[in-house]
Amino acid sequence: MSPRIAKALIHGLLIGGSLLAVFPLLWMLSVSFMHPGETGSLPPPLLPTHATWRNYENLFLRAGVGRYLFNSFVISASITALSIAFNLMAGYAFAKLRFAGRERLFQALLGMLVIPAQVAMLPLFLMLKYLGWVNSYAAVIVPAMATAFGIFLVRQYARGIPDELLEAARIDGASEARIFGQIVLPLLKPIMVTLAIFTFLTAWNDFMWPLIALTGQEHYTLPLGLASLAREHAQDSELMMAGSVVTVIPVLALFLAMQRYYIEGLLLGSVKG
Amino acid sequence: MKAQRAAWWFLAPALLVLGIFFLLPVIAALGLSLTDYDLYALADIRHLRFVALHNYWDLLHQPRFWSALWHTLYFVLVGVPLSIIVSLGAALLLNSPLVRFKTVFRTALFAPVVTTVVAVAVVWRYILNTKYGLLNYALGLAGIHPVDWLGDPHWAMPSIILFAVWKNFGYNMIIFLAGLQAIPKDLYEAARIDGASAMQQFRHITLPMLGPTLLMVAILTVSGYFQLFAEPYVMTEGGPLQSTTSVLYLMYNEGFKWWNFGMASAVAFLLFVIMFAVTALMLRMSRRGEAA
Repeated sequence: MSPRIAKALIHGLLIGGSLLAVFPLLWMLSVSFMHPGETGSLPPPLLPTHATWRNYENLFLRAGVGRYLFNSFVISASITALSIAFNLMAGYAFAKLRFAGRERLFQALLGMLVIPAQVAMLPLFLMLKYLGWVNSYAAVIVPAMATAFGIFLVRQYARGIPDELLEAARIDGASEARIFGQIVLPLLKPIMVTLAIFTFLTAWNDFMWPLIALTGQEHYTLPLGLASLAREHAQDSELMMAGSVVTVIPVLALFLAMQRYYIEGLLLGSVKG
Repeated sequence: MKAQRAAWWFLAPALLVLGIFFLLPVIAALGLSLTDYDLYALADIRHLRFVALHNYWDLLHQPRFWSALWHTLYFVLVGVPLSIIVSLGAALLLNSPLVRFKTVFRTALFAPVVTTVVAVAVVWRYILNTKYGLLNYALGLAGIHPVDWLGDPHWAMPSIILFAVWKNFGYNMIIFLAGLQAIPKDLYEAARIDGASAMQQFRHITLPMLGPTLLMVAILTVSGYFQLFAEPYVMTEGGPLQSTTSVLYLMYNEGFKWWNFGMASAVAFLLFVIMFAVTALMLRMSRRGEAA
């Protein structure tokens, strides 16, 4: 095969593949601007005949999607902020501080990575029920405030911090808290950003646990609200697409803006095997 | 000594969260699976009885457990190889030195990964719609009769697999791409001088060098695909005729629809054991493959 044909073939396949990957997303956007009922025609319309904001108006004014959007932001932002703080502290301790039983504890932490989260869900629900936390933000936020995986990532990254730097600060009489805040944290900034994007996206897209823990509509996140809308309004494709757009746009935008950090994190994370 | 105390302060918040909200529930799940915890026990704990392995015994004699397991295995056995092949293909294309606008293609191919399952499942439900869906329309142009993708028990799982592959392949593509870039260029150089074809280079250089990456990707993907839940929940509600009810869906129904927490915990533990066994088997087979 001549290089010219090979080049054309490779680009053809890549363009075709990319179209397949992106088409459902573009179509979702297009359908969300169609008038109710427009999707019930053949051939399936690719573009709206008269673009309208009506579906978005209905979503926010009647279906209460504004509330779901707010809940999603509150829950995802809280999980991100808290879990970053806790994972950074613990990861740093595992990497740089000496204490009895450090290796064994770290092994136990790695062991936890093997256990699927769903195993814990039933007793966790009962526990939260006795605490009176079911159907509250806390039910979703608190169990996600630390992850074995996040601690592992930070620990791998923090091992690169030179010990001399920390020793020098100790000799100068700096407290451990101050060393962490003024020397370690600035050095951990890249992993912090990566972990923040990852955590936010995971929390935003999470479905099963919120479905179990948030029983009332007033606490629904966007995926939950959308799933319940999809069961009530199965035929309103235009409305559903607008709901999907509202759900996907924030995470897609975050990914596009921070792509480099996200992909770095993905690769760091995959080294765990 | 002071440093020791500081270390525990740094560890305390994360370890408390993980201990109380993960480790403790996991241990409790094992205990729960040995009881008949149900709606009556939920109302009054005195109704709780210890039943030893009865839940497990019961499950292993119920067709609905085996059918849920079979659906999950179907999803894993077809979905994982398919998604790995697509990921690897996309990575190989992207890695070609001939490609221009590499980052644009990479971003486009990766975009479905960051989207929300529920949201894009809604989109796919419309694409797969029997009457007005785009897929049946396109097939109709080729003279193929419409298929009831999500309503026909034979097609529902293949449809969900198609959706899952579309949604997930970008993730492994990135990992493969990094693996491919780590293969030393002079290996290919030497092979080319020896007159090896592109296919031979792929078989004798790319695949062996990618071996560890492939194994890791396979293990992570298998354990991810065993946890099938949101896709059938939104697209088919486990139907038609239970044909997309996965093991986790069964756990969800047992636990949160019928409040049989003892039985549901047994389902969760069986899934865990199966996943663990499959992972161990894969590691073992790969080691034997290396030795041979």
